[in-house]
Amino acid sequence: MTSAPVLALRGVSKRFGAVQALTDVDLEVNSGEVVALVGDNGAGKSTLVKTIAGVHPIDEGAIEWEGKQVSINRPQDAQHLGVATVYQDLALCDNLDVVGNLYLGRELRRFGTLDEVTMEQKARELLSTLSIRIPSVRIPIAGLSGGQRQVVAIARALIGEPKVVILDEPTAALGVEQTAQVLDLVERLRERGLGVILISHNMADVKAVADTVAVLRLGRNNGVFPARETTHEDIIAAITGATDNAVTRREARTAEAAK
Amino acid sequence: MSDTKNDTLTQDSSDPTPQTAPPALDPRLLVREAGFKGYVSEFQRKVRGGELGSLPVIGGLIIIWIVFGLQNSKFIQPANIGEISFFLAATGMAALGLIFVLILGEIDLSVLSVSGLSAAVFGWLAVIHGINAWLAVLLSIGSGIAIGALQGFFFAKVGVPAFVVTLAGNLGWFGVMLWLLGSGSVGGSITLNDAGFMHDLGQNSYFMGGDIAGGYILAGLAVAAMLVSSLLDQKRRRAAGVPFRPTVEIGLRTGVLAVVAFAAAYELNQASGVPTALVLFLAALVICDFVLRRTSYGRKIFAVGGSIEAARRAGISVPAIRISVFAISGGFGALSGLFYAGWSFSAQESAGQGAWLMLAIAAAVIGGTSLFGGRGKAWSALLGMLVIQSITTGLQLLGLQSDVEYMITAVVLLAAVVIDSLSRRTQKASGRG
Repeated sequence: MTSAPVLALRGVSKRFGAVQALTDVDLEVNSGEVVALVGDNGAGKSTLVKTIAGVHPIDEGAIEWEGKQVSINRPQDAQHLGVATVYQDLALCDNLDVVGNLYLGRELRRFGTLDEVTMEQKARELLSTLSIRIPSVRIPIAGLSGGQRQVVAIARALIGEPKVVILDEPTAALGVEQTAQVLDLVERLRERGLGVILISHNMADVKAVADTVAVLRLGRNNGVFPARETTHEDIIAAITGATDNAVTRREARTAEAAK
Repeated sequence: MSDTKNDTLTQDSSDPTPQTAPPALDPRLLVREAGFKGYVSEFQRKVRGGELGSLPVIGGLIIIWIVFGLQNSKFIQPANIGEISFFLAATGMAALGLIFVLILGEIDLSVLSVSGLSAAVFGWLAVIHGINAWLAVLLSIGSGIAIGALQGFFFAKVGVPAFVVTLAGNLGWFGVMLWLLGSGSVGGSITLNDAGFMHDLGQNSYFMGGDIAGGYILAGLAVAAMLVSSLLDQKRRRAAGVPFRPTVEIGLRTGVLAVVAFAAAYELNQASGVPTALVLFLAALVICDFVLRRTSYGRKIFAVGGSIEAARRAGISVPAIRISVFAISGGFGALSGLFYAGWSFSAQESAGQGAWLMLAIAAAVIGGTSLFGGRGKAWSALLGMLVIQSITTGLQLLGLQSDVEYMITAVVLLAAVVIDSLSRRTQKASGRG
């Protein structure tokens, strides 16, 4: 692990017309670190992720990659650096099998034709090092459950050997068991030395796997906390911006009712 | 072919990482271990899940042959089989191009006019203007490709729904064809010489001059190619440590192909030999099958047919794929027009009319290509055309008029689409659509 973070945002701002989506935001991701990016709806999480992924170029500020300043203007720029993004809607082709989806757009070729054997072999290797269990790498995505699709989408992001993986609400639509599988996978990404940016609304997930919690509020930084030593309430307070809010009031009410 | 392979190669041989939870047992994993019983239960699972594959077609084909054979004993005689195999080539070419478009989940309604126009272009260039016949063939196929690309441009770049663009095209190109055939002294049709490429496409041309050996050589080549490629594939897969087809299964599959191929060759040899048009059609079929299953271009077509957004995110240029696929469809439409011209030795106004556009679409769907996109294979052109041409020829043998033919064709098309829709619904219900 180098001393410089693999990805660092310094004073990033982004405007859409009259709307100031991001103001002077800082974010650091180290290798082998899971950074949870939390914030309420409209806090700027998605915008921030999209600036890193190259969907929206930044207006002000700087992006540093392994200590060197870089500019990310297109999705391809981010991919070339080694940023892989798994969006919430997964974008898998239901009719193609797992191998076909993993290698879509970067098929391995042999004498100009698809090298199915090597692709299948490598796909199995990748899935087994990630302990991903699916019935077969040759069944169409349509035959997989929601959680299996999510892990296939994440595995797909790893084919290009990225250094930073961005996961946009990976557990939002999943059941208890499947959520646990995805969280296991996030931990395995960390063990492989990848930097992970995890967007989530679920505080339990954040506390379970994140090393660092970065809070955004109204497009600004609102604190970076080490996940282990920070309580649930502190994070909620940072997200909502006050200790007096709907969540704390409700908790106080239920606590009172319990007495 | 690939579908069955993908679905049966499902045993997970090894999983090096130990897991605390017992591995979830999936019935699909046990196909091989359970031996013959495994294949039977796998088959039942597929039928229940709506993955009917080629089953309805083959079943339908057998029923059709039995019914017509009982009605008129001429039906199963070599001469009639030869006729079926000759006449299926022209519409089959159009169906082959349409399969590409159907896999995208779109439709090309202009094929009929494009084919009529291409025959007219050929006659106009080769007969009226005396241009070299081979050059005229290339130019008329080129005109089909250009027309397809133009329609694809309006669909992919301008965003007009494909069926409207191609419907407009169907009218427009029919007009151009009438104009070409109506110009000057032509008077509605151009008679073509029975020579060169047109002779090859005609009814009097057979592979290797109708020599008995010709059919058997073709059948032998097909069987050998399948056997060698399956064994090579098995060897590579075994070396790479991924599931492979057992030798028994390869033997069985090759055996079935050998029986079908040599029986067909024998029947055709009893008549006059293998029609050249059929050989050309089969060659185009093999090439298309290869492109769809073995190249990254084919993979991209399936990806766009499955999910446009996923394809785009994977860096696939969706407009380029769409335009090129419509160009392919136009090219095959033009080729089918030349096949028609070859059998009638003329380019005529009636070539742009009639029901066979529907027949080409029906053939693709009957053969197992979905109207909903993302699923299909080149072989469905052959299977579907066998069904349709058998019905057409059979009805003609029975002396039925075209009124009945139209009605029966409509029922067959509807039945194919109903099966497609139902199997899609069953797949959805069992979580596989």
